[in-house]
Parts: sequence; structure tokens; C-alpha cells
Amino acid sequence: MNSHQVIETLTPLVPGASYEAGASIDFATLYVPASSLVDTCLALRNTPSLRFNVLVEVTAADYFPREPRFEVVYHLLSVPNRLRLRLKVRASADAAIPTVQGVWPAAGWLEREVWDMFGVVFDGHPDLRRLLMPDDWEGHPQRKDYPVQIRKVPQTYEPLEISEEEFRANLERDRLKRTH
Amino acid sequence: MAQPDAHLHGLDSELPIITTTVEKIVQWARRSAIWPAQFGLACCAIEMMAMVASRYDIARFGAEVFRGSPRQSDLMIVAGRLSRKMAPAMRRVYDQMPEPKWVISMGACASIGGVFDNYAIVQGVDQIVPVDVFVPGCPPRPESLIYGIVQLQQKIARSRA
Amino acid sequence: MAELHTETMTVNMGPQHPSTHGVLRLVLELDGEVVQSATPSIGYLHTGIEKTAEQKKWQQVIPLVERMDYLAAQSNSLAYALSVEKLLGLEMPQRVKDIRVLIAELQRIASHLIWLGTHAMEIGAVSMLFYAIRERELLMNINELIAGFRFFPSYIRIGGLREDLSRGFHEAVNAFLDRFPKKLDEYEGLLSKNDIFMRRTQGVGVISQQDAFAWGLLGPIARASGSNYDVRKYFPYSGYESYDFEVPTEAEGDVYARYRVRMRELRECVKICRQAIKRITPSGAWACDDPRVVPPPKDKVYTEMEALIQHFLIYSQGFTVPAGDVYVPVEGPRGEHGVYAVSDGTNRPWRIKMRAPSLLAIQALPTLIKGGLIADVVAVIGSNDVVMGDCDR
Repeated sequence: MNSHQVIETLTPLVPGASYEAGASIDFATLYVPASSLVDTCLALRNTPSLRFNVLVEVTAADYFPREPRFEVVYHLLSVPNRLRLRLKVRASADAAIPTVQGVWPAAGWLEREVWDMFGVVFDGHPDLRRLLMPDDWEGHPQRKDYPVQIRKVPQTYEPLEISEEEFRANLERDRLKRTH
Repeated sequence: MAQPDAHLHGLDSELPIITTTVEKIVQWARRSAIWPAQFGLACCAIEMMAMVASRYDIARFGAEVFRGSPRQSDLMIVAGRLSRKMAPAMRRVYDQMPEPKWVISMGACASIGGVFDNYAIVQGVDQIVPVDVFVPGCPPRPESLIYGIVQLQQKIARSRA
Repeated sequence: MAELHTETMTVNMGPQHPSTHGVLRLVLELDGEVVQSATPSIGYLHTGIEKTAEQKKWQQVIPLVERMDYLAAQSNSLAYALSVEKLLGLEMPQRVKDIRVLIAELQRIASHLIWLGTHAMEIGAVSMLFYAIRERELLMNINELIAGFRFFPSYIRIGGLREDLSRGFHEAVNAFLDRFPKKLDEYEGLLSKNDIFMRRTQGVGVISQQDAFAWGLLGPIARASGSNYDVRKYFPYSGYESYDFEVPTEAEGDVYARYRVRMRELRECVKICRQAIKRITPSGAWACDDPRVVPPPKDKVYTEMEALIQHFLIYSQGFTVPAGDVYVPVEGPRGEHGVYAVSDGTNRPWRIKMRAPSLLAIQALPTLIKGGLIADVVAVIGSNDVVMGDCDR
């Protein structure tokens, strides 16, 4: 199935969406606008002739000086029909894309990784926090304007999760419990 | 076993006695039974497992078991690349080991950052823990690591108890 | 009587733990021995391979990519080489394809041996690790024979292979293939009907085929739940369509089924290797003909001027790859390894993304272990065959 056939199959199913065929040398590629992403994915998963039941990957590429800066890429696989498909969504640095976790649960951590590495926000994601970098890291490492090498002393102690007053209060409470 | 110059010390040369110092005995005991703590991080951990296995048996050199808990081990072999997120955990494991303790930094990534000179990898674990022996390689062959452990044993023999 | 108040206990299976395969942190909420919920936390081995790869030239990325999933090193480099060759539009000679198939299958055997050794060791059969590593040492010797390095040979390059096969390769591989099936029978005899092993693994960590696909799990985990999806059969690459092998499947979807699938896969690997080694001639073409990409042999470099210039250009400024993006999947031992490579027309990659099957396996871990015992957690992590280098990259 090439890109135009996929667009023809999808256009009646998802009203109001405007797709573009992308250039590709391996399998069909579509540019999808962010607003119709979830409806497109539901149609792709549920239509019998398409039946894309596996989300293989969610990733992003940063084309820095060009606007919009990011292209979030979804790779889909249809096991019954032996098809592969690539969806691309353009996003700028402060735009948000709806999450497809409701369609394929696999998207949960994959989107967290895209947030962690690139800073693309996914609307509706239940748990959007750092996945690969430490929780208090600043910056999004795989952006093109983030340096590859940084000279920073490694942090060897994790910060205490409670404050000093709470720590002392806990000590007092334990001491009282043990002496009666 | 009789000392060759026992007669110089006024001893009968056929008596089965060895004389030495307490320090030498203690260091001999320490270096002959070094038990490593499991701290395999990445690919070097697989070569470390190969070293433990039957072909390059490390039990011949005293490292009989790899203890799961750092509180029962003497040696920490940092095998693999240390990422910045893992650094506090590694420091905590090192702090939990009782004295005397030694650290072998196995592989290029643990020694100096290896192939990965970037934001995510600590460029050398000696920024975090004091290292006794560096074993280069990516990953080092099991024989290299055994050589590193033998060097460590010689270092222990030379040092003060 | 005062109100009895029970609460769950939070236990941290920390990044340093004997049974997590590498540095995985699991925070378990336990009600006695029963796991109520589990929260995995990864990233303790994040190496920034993808960002580092953007600074290197195309052929310099091969060693980086091999160190990602360190047990299936040559599957990674095969996936990367295939994707760049697709961007370049190169076609490999048949002998190169056959050698790549042989190397990929030997790598699958090596990876499954480590899986078998560590999984069985964690379930209790400690000596399996020693047996498995003993077999694997023979494969490391074969790696050493062709490329001089045990673990990350960097033998598969863009444009073909690094150099021709050494003498003694056929004897070494045939000796291994003659020895291995008997050893497999021994290991199956030790484990498959073993009462303890069966009781610890049957009915544990069950996942249905639909759930496996919803969580993105392909590879042995999906095949143990009834699917027959295998990239080698569905989207063949590197000449796999001409080999005769089966894809083993089981239906129960538990840890025992995954064990059986992988053991049967080992036998299929031996079958493919035998077919491949018959087709490979001891010497012949080891790369495609493209002079921009493949360096000339060293004796020509020392004697001919054009070869010297070609060698210099390839190793100093590399080759440029036409702009575009491509995704090439490969059946790795853990599932579908794929490389999404984006080129902007220069001699450095713009973006390399490796699909990590272990990341999805760990994401699905809470659904697999909920309601089980702590002992099952160890069995399930082992059966998912996660490698943290693959997961964190």
C-alpha cells in the first residue's frame, strides 16, 4: 500500500483531516495534523482493511533552524495485513500533541522518552515525567542546541526527600513510641 | 616446611615452623580471598560473568563467590559505563562496604568515560570513588581482568595492614 | 479490640540487584508476598548513544550501535548497516548476505545462551550459567577468528563486511554446530520436565496475544502467546526468504511458554546456520562494489594511487548519504530491533533512533507481575529477556 492509497482509505473515515503524503523509500508515510492524530490512529487500528494493531515506535527528530522544529514520528505495524506505516506530526517547540496512549498502551513510555529528550508535550498523558535522565535534570538532551559534552561534577548524593524539621519530628515520634 | 636459614635464628632446621610478621599474614589472608560485590552495569558485566565461569575461573584466585550484598564483600568491580543517574547509587553501594575495601575500575568506560564522551556518562568513576586498579579494554578480556585482580593482590601484599 | 490496620510494604529492588538484568529499579508494593503494584524506573544506564552518533561519521557509528544491546551486538550493527545501505541504495552480493545471516544466527544463539544461563540461575539452577557460558565461549572464539575481538567485532560494516573470512572459519563453525544440538538436549533434559522449574514458571506472567501487541511486544514474547510474527518471515531481509526454517509458537503466554519458544528457536538457528555455512565459499566477495563506501584492500592501498586516495577519502571525510529517512527492522533475539535513520545529505547522521524491545518489555512488566509473588517477579524479568543497555541506550 503506498501513501496515496492509505490517504484515500482514511479520508472518508476521519472527517476534517488533511493528510499529506511524505517522501519515503521504504513504506507509506503520511503527515498528519496534530488535531486529528487520535482519530486517525483509532481509524488505523480499527478499520479491517488497515488493522494497525502494533505501535512499533514513537520518536522525534529535531530539524533545528527550520520551523516547525520537531517532527514526531510514529511507526505502525499491521500484523494481519503485513503492512507498515509511518505517521509524522510536525510540532514546534512549545506546541502540544495529543497522546495516543488510549489507542495503544505502548505509547506511554515512548512518549515520555520523547518528552524527556526533546521537550515535546503530550496532552492527556497521565504521567509525563523524565524517563532516562535523572528526575531533576534541566534541559532536553537530544535537541540540537544542547551540547554533547558537558563538564559537570557528578552528583553523588540524592537530595533528602523530607525536610530537616520532618526528619527530627520523625525521630522524636519513634523515640516516644519505643519508650512506652 | 623448614626455613633455609633457620640455623641463623638458633632454630633446628628440621622443625616445621614458619616465621613471619602479623602484618604479612593478615595481608596474605586478605588478598587470597577477595570477594567481589556484584556491580555489573553493562557489557563489561558479561565479560565479568565469563571470567567467573569455567574457562577463566576466578575462584582459583580466591574470588570464590560474588556476594549480592555490598555489606559482605571486599571488592567492588565497577564493570560498565556509569551514568549520571546511577552515580548516587554507586556511591551508596561503596559506602556500605566495610573496610578494608578496594575498587577495580573495569573497562574504558569506568576508567575514563570510554567511547562515550557525552552528557550522560561520568567520565571516570574515580571522580566518585577511589580506584585501586584500572583495567583498560572495551570490554577487557577475562584474562586482562584476572591480571588486574592479581595486580590488586600484589598491591595488597605491599601495603600496610 | 483496637482496629487492625494493614498497610502495604514498599520494597525497592534497587538499581544494584543480583536478579535485575542490569540496572533496573523496581519499586514494589507488597501485601505480604503478593505484589500489588510495581513501578519500574529506568535510565540508570542511559548513555546518550543516539546523540553521540550524530557527531560521528556514518561508519564510525557502528561500534557505538553495537554497544547498545550488548548481548545481540551484531544484530544491532546489522540493522544499522541495512538501514544505511537502504538510504544509499546499495545491493549486497549473495555471499555477503549469507555470511550476515550466519553471523546474525550465531549471535542469536549467543544471546539466548546468556538468557538461558541467567534465567535458570535465577530460578535456582545455578550451574546452567556455567554450561551456557561454556558454549558461548566457543562462539566468542569464532568471533575472535573473524575479527579479532570476542564481543563487539564490528565485523558487519556499511557496504558489506570488514574483511574476508579467515582460514579455519568453516571448521570452527561446523565443529560448533555438530556439538551444540547434543548440549541443547542435555539442557532441555535438565530443565524442561523439572518439577521445580515447571512449578515456578507455569501460569506465571501470562499475557495474551492481543495484550502483547497492544503493549508493542514482538519477538519471543508474542510468539509464546500464539502469534507467528517474525520479521524474517514477514518482511525478509538479507536473503532470509531463501532459507528453510520454522517459527516456533506456543499458546499459553506464560514464562514456561517463552522458555520453550526460545529453546526451539535455538534449534531453528542451528538449522539456518547449517544451510548458510554450506553456501558460503571460503573466500570470495566480502563487500559490495561501491568505491565510495567500501575501502579497498590493503595491498592495493600500498601499491596503487587511486586506492590510496579512495582509502584516504573514506577514512578522513567519510561518504555522504542521500537525504531521507528510513526504518529497517531486523529480528533480534529480543524482538524487533529497528533503526530509524535520518540523513540530511552530509557525511554525519542527522538522527539515529534504535527501537528498543526491552523498553517495551519493561513497560509491560507491571501488568505481568501484578497479583503474583515476589519470586515470580524474578522469573518474569528473566523471561522477558531485558537488557538494560537496549532499554536505556
